[in-house]
Amino acid sequence: MNARDHDHDHDHQVVPSDPALRTKALESLLVEKGLVDPAALDLLVDAFENKIGPRNGARVVARAWMDPVYKKRLLSDGGAAIAELGFAGAQGEHLVVVENTPKVHNLVVCTLCSCYPWPVLGLPPVWYKSAPYRSRAVIDPRGVLREFGLDLPEDVEVQVWDSTAEIRYLVLPERPAGTEKMTEDEVAALVTRDAMIGVARVAAPQAGAA
Amino acid sequence: MNGIHDMGGMHGMGSIRHDPIHHNPIRHEENEPVFHEAWEGRVYAITRALGAWNKWNIDASRHAIELLPPADYLRMSYYEKWLARNVELLIQRGMVTRVEVETGQPAPGSQKATPPLTAADATATAARRGSFMRPEAPAQARFKVGQRVRARNINPEGHTRLPRYARGKAGTVMRHHGIFVFPDTNAHFLGEQPQHLYSVRFAAQDLWGDHASARDSIHLDMWDSYLEHA
Repeated sequence: MNARDHDHDHDHQVVPSDPALRTKALESLLVEKGLVDPAALDLLVDAFENKIGPRNGARVVARAWMDPVYKKRLLSDGGAAIAELGFAGAQGEHLVVVENTPKVHNLVVCTLCSCYPWPVLGLPPVWYKSAPYRSRAVIDPRGVLREFGLDLPEDVEVQVWDSTAEIRYLVLPERPAGTEKMTEDEVAALVTRDAMIGVARVAAPQAGAA
Repeated sequence: MNGIHDMGGMHGMGSIRHDPIHHNPIRHEENEPVFHEAWEGRVYAITRALGAWNKWNIDASRHAIELLPPADYLRMSYYEKWLARNVELLIQRGMVTRVEVETGQPAPGSQKATPPLTAADATATAARRGSFMRPEAPAQARFKVGQRVRARNINPEGHTRLPRYARGKAGTVMRHHGIFVFPDTNAHFLGEQPQHLYSVRFAAQDLWGDHASARDSIHLDMWDSYLEHA
């Protein structure tokens, strides 16, 4: 960096352009004005970094695989069945679970923003919020799935769910073969976030792992 | 509004593996962190904590992001957009002034408020099951499951959740969700004006032409006034 660039950087620090600095400035202003409680912010960050994430959704899927009566409740009233397992909260007010079968594959997107079922999947990954995914999932779902490594046969119907309202969608993936003797905890460990969005299948366990 | 946020069906945004605007491969991030940098978590938490003031609603907050200049919308990361949105809403609703944001200091003589969301209730709030349903609202359901419908060709300058790609297209009502807050008015503080909400299935070919698979479909949730009989 030469001297001129150095001066240039300093010019911009009058109004910090770095989002980290602007966030820090905003937080301290809001704390000073009594608009937010920093300890509450700490707890919210901790909740989403450590407690609310796709492991919650995996519990739901595993229960549905193990218990056909639960699965029936889950598909008819997703929110209530998910709340039974203790998962609820913002962006999970109205949950609908859509089931993958050998002939139907479901894919969830939010083309208008980045709606996502927080209580069961946590906060969305960067690609879910990106322009490429949001623009293409509805016009070329099969192409998108191929980029995720999932090449669906033509006789499988793709159903895309564009989350335009406050209904949040969770995909119930197919239970992979070779898991019949596994426990609920063991099958839950196989379920990935991507499978519950619908961009992947749940892979069968590695030979010898079960 | 016919804004940049309404991206369903657009071309040129890149592939899932390569995003030309941000020049980063966005798919195969192993063990992706919830927040890539600490400030993102703070922005997320500030957004939730400010929500507890009830000075705006989820629809107004989505609309504030839609109102970002299109070039900024594409360039900014997700949480940069949230940060910009928070600042705009705080100013718009009279909670801070632009001068306060620029200086980082409360205006001389301004009174200190008491935050509605405290550490004592933050965890419970994160897990509370709210609702956007308004089952008691006096709304008529004009459509039934199984009926053919057409999404109206509307182009409001304000907020709407009817994407451009579905307007004028015919589909089938698959599910009746109940009566829900109507974002098109709620975003502008014109009241919740609840309406019946339906899941409508559109054949992919009806939206995109013969290029699409004859088997595939796109499902959108649509409020009663977005629809007409087909």
